[in-house]
Amino acid sequence: MSDDIFITRETVEGADDGPLADTTVAVKDNISTEGVRTTCGSEMLADYVPPYDATVVSRLKEAGATIVGKTNMDEFGMGTTTETSAFGATENPVAPGHVPGGSSGGSAAAVAAGEADVALGSDTGGSIRCPAAFCGVAGIKPTYGVVSRYGLVAYANSLEQIGPLAPTVEEAAALLDVIAGPDPKDATTRDPERSAPYVDAADGDVDGMTVGVPTELVDGADEGVLETFEDALDDLRAQGVEVVDVSLESVEYAVQAYYVIAMSEASSNLARFDGVRYGNSGGYDGNWNEVFGEAREEGFGAEVKRRVLLGTYALSAGYHDKYYKQAQNARAWVKQDFDEAFADVDVLASPTMPVPPMALGESLSDPLTMYLADANTVPVNLADLPAVSVPAGETDGLPVGMQFVAPAFDEATAIRAASALD
Amino acid sequence: MSAQSAKNADLTTVIGLEVHVQLETDTKIFCGCPTEPTDEPNTQTCPVCLGLPGALPVLNEAAVEAAVKVGKAIDADIPEETRFHRKNYFYPDLPKNFQITQYDEPVCADGELEISVGGERRTVGIRRAHLEEDPGSLQHVGGNIDNADYTLVNYNRAGTPLMEIVTKPDFREPEETRAFLEKLEEVLEYLGVFDASRDGSLRIDANLSLVPSDEVDDDGSIGTDVLDSANRTEVKNISSHKGAETALQYEEGRQKDLMRRGKAVEQETRHFNETHGSTVSMRSKEEEKDYRYFEEADLPPLQVSHWKDEISIPELPDARRERFQDEYGLSDEAASKLTSTKQVADFYEDVASEYDADLAATWVADELLGELNYRDMAVTDVEGRLDEVKRLVELVAADDITAKNAKEVVLRGMLDDGDAPDDIVEREDLGKTDADAVAAAVAEAIEENPDAVADYEDGDDGAINFLVGQVMGKTGGSADPGTVNQKLRAALDE
Ligand SMILES: [Zn+2]
Repeated sequence: MSDDIFITRETVEGADDGPLADTTVAVKDNISTEGVRTTCGSEMLADYVPPYDATVVSRLKEAGATIVGKTNMDEFGMGTTTETSAFGATENPVAPGHVPGGSSGGSAAAVAAGEADVALGSDTGGSIRCPAAFCGVAGIKPTYGVVSRYGLVAYANSLEQIGPLAPTVEEAAALLDVIAGPDPKDATTRDPERSAPYVDAADGDVDGMTVGVPTELVDGADEGVLETFEDALDDLRAQGVEVVDVSLESVEYAVQAYYVIAMSEASSNLARFDGVRYGNSGGYDGNWNEVFGEAREEGFGAEVKRRVLLGTYALSAGYHDKYYKQAQNARAWVKQDFDEAFADVDVLASPTMPVPPMALGESLSDPLTMYLADANTVPVNLADLPAVSVPAGETDGLPVGMQFVAPAFDEATAIRAASALD
Repeated sequence: MSAQSAKNADLTTVIGLEVHVQLETDTKIFCGCPTEPTDEPNTQTCPVCLGLPGALPVLNEAAVEAAVKVGKAIDADIPEETRFHRKNYFYPDLPKNFQITQYDEPVCADGELEISVGGERRTVGIRRAHLEEDPGSLQHVGGNIDNADYTLVNYNRAGTPLMEIVTKPDFREPEETRAFLEKLEEVLEYLGVFDASRDGSLRIDANLSLVPSDEVDDDGSIGTDVLDSANRTEVKNISSHKGAETALQYEEGRQKDLMRRGKAVEQETRHFNETHGSTVSMRSKEEEKDYRYFEEADLPPLQVSHWKDEISIPELPDARRERFQDEYGLSDEAASKLTSTKQVADFYEDVASEYDADLAATWVADELLGELNYRDMAVTDVEGRLDEVKRLVELVAADDITAKNAKEVVLRGMLDDGDAPDDIVEREDLGKTDADAVAAAVAEAIEENPDAVADYEDGDDGAINFLVGQVMGKTGGSADPGTVNQKLRAALDE
């Protein structure tokens, strides 16, 4: 029942030895692999074979990993269920009849189904954490700038990071150690001071730690999800954690701000797919402008078109100040809110997703509901922060994930807190 | 009275320029591909300049350095921090369908450039100068972009660093734009950031409008409300100094003609047809382009304020011209000629350091540049042979050949036939007779012509000319008549 996890199954052997020798890795299909097609879940790139490796793929190979295939995903990362893929939906391996979450649904499902030891996903607004939560695996969204984006096909380039998915926080942290670090090919990468490997932080030693729970990210969550979350908090308290309520007033605006920024950037990032070098360029009548339009009409799915159109609108003269600029202001406010919260607590915790995995086909027709499901994950991308999703238990047999958010470049604290639930 | 109804006599022409220059860097602005032109299409490309999915730009700081040099040369403000934006529009030569450029934080703002028009010096304001990437180039087969059978795209040029220099609307005559462009190019070449010989290295957009002359202030400035109310045309596709002048002369005449006939000038973009020297309306379906500018998040803002102090620029043409006048005692005209390009000025200083400064000026400014100009050549055409020119000056300075022969036989032979100066001197037997030979000829002439000697001694000064002629005859004309004259008098007066 795992035929729907990979878009392309292909084995690529890495170096003979290294920290990931004997480790199989599934790679999300928006991460460029030299000689192996990289579709982004889109008809537009169905035949696109990159002539180069993403930096993270080079690092996997150098570390001795064996890549086992390219995983299914929402088209260009635009979705929360992996159902917008042009290659069909992926069923949740641990919750049959339900979605695996998205957009890195194939990567989470590959780990949950044992198709790969670990996987790479990308997280623009929750696309690693959401499927990790829905599939009952661990996932890390690094601080913006910790992992090179070179070779990651851009959806919203100011928001996204590549990150690991694995059965445990510890294994995810070990994979992060391999892929993290500055890259001369990505000018936004940073070289933060690190005293120890990330994996060392996965020691579960949370005694004396203060965990803040933003009330805004708990209110309104599904009851079963909340119960599981509260049980996990009790578990942490038993390990010596102090749990306090905090407030992040700005997150009320986070979803709107996130979608305006992400769609605006997407409208520009996806402009290059015009039928000249990608997609279908022949058989259309008219001038080049009309041909571009036809190729895009044919090559993109409905959700991609919706976001490109809305993003184009938000950046247009007369609307730029009202939408794009306002969204940037909100983003700055969200950042500031998190900074202030971290003055009092070591790490923030919330349910990763306010709802359990949706049934297949349930949410596809209702984009707004789908967007609102991202309420707890998108503030983290707006604030460029690191976050870990770890399995917290189940509700009615459906996995529930718990998200830990730490200050910028303090991946270690989020990993340590999450590993207490490993 | 609106500009539209004004009589031509009452109208003042207002012109502004947007000049795109390719900055000369070894590699492209956002990747490591070479910028050196090549005939093989799509060979100097990589994932970044092809805009492949996932590729990211990394700023080539050499391009910023070149831009800061230009900023210093035009006395512009260099901001604390500069950053890049995306200009979004679809066009088949744009690999990403957006161009990385600068928007509200350009690397240079508010500069100026002094030009000389008809012997008068004027200052042209420069609103801003910013960095951006060049698109690829298109080859339409069987027509133009709208009706070609097919179009080939070449991405070799994509990512070449461009600097867009935007002037204030400070030009009042088309001629002035030519002077500005010449000066700008000269400064850029002095800075070593521009190669004029590269095809397509200079591209110009010009805008022109006519405003009522009585709206022009006494100091020549014009209010923005006046400028805004005048309909402007933007002329694209200009690729040379001459082209700018021609296009704007045509456009000025066309607009005046329209107004004379009581017709309105349409605000539009026009295309310069170099062959016909005219401008034609481009299809104006995209009246108001909306480029949806927003920050390029892949390139973090760059702190540049300290670069201004750290980067030094060479002496610029104006300063060098003044120094040449002071240091070498040259006239303004000679100094201007000798500083017209950095190469000429460097060569002059090289020659003047070894020989007389005036002699060097004559030979570089008048003889060499004059002969080159006559042949429609530039110094760049003989840059590998400047040592030979210097050798020629040496021959003249040492009095080994006459100035007349040096110019008329040797220099012309060098330029026309490509021969070396010493070879020409030997072949044409131009070596001046040496002093002994002249002395011998003088003695002979005196001995052979006692009558003339007697006439000279009787006070007939004209007799000396006869004797000079005799000596010249004996030396085959290679002796210097002045020297012969002196030597004869010295011998006769003994
Ligand atoms: Zn390149």
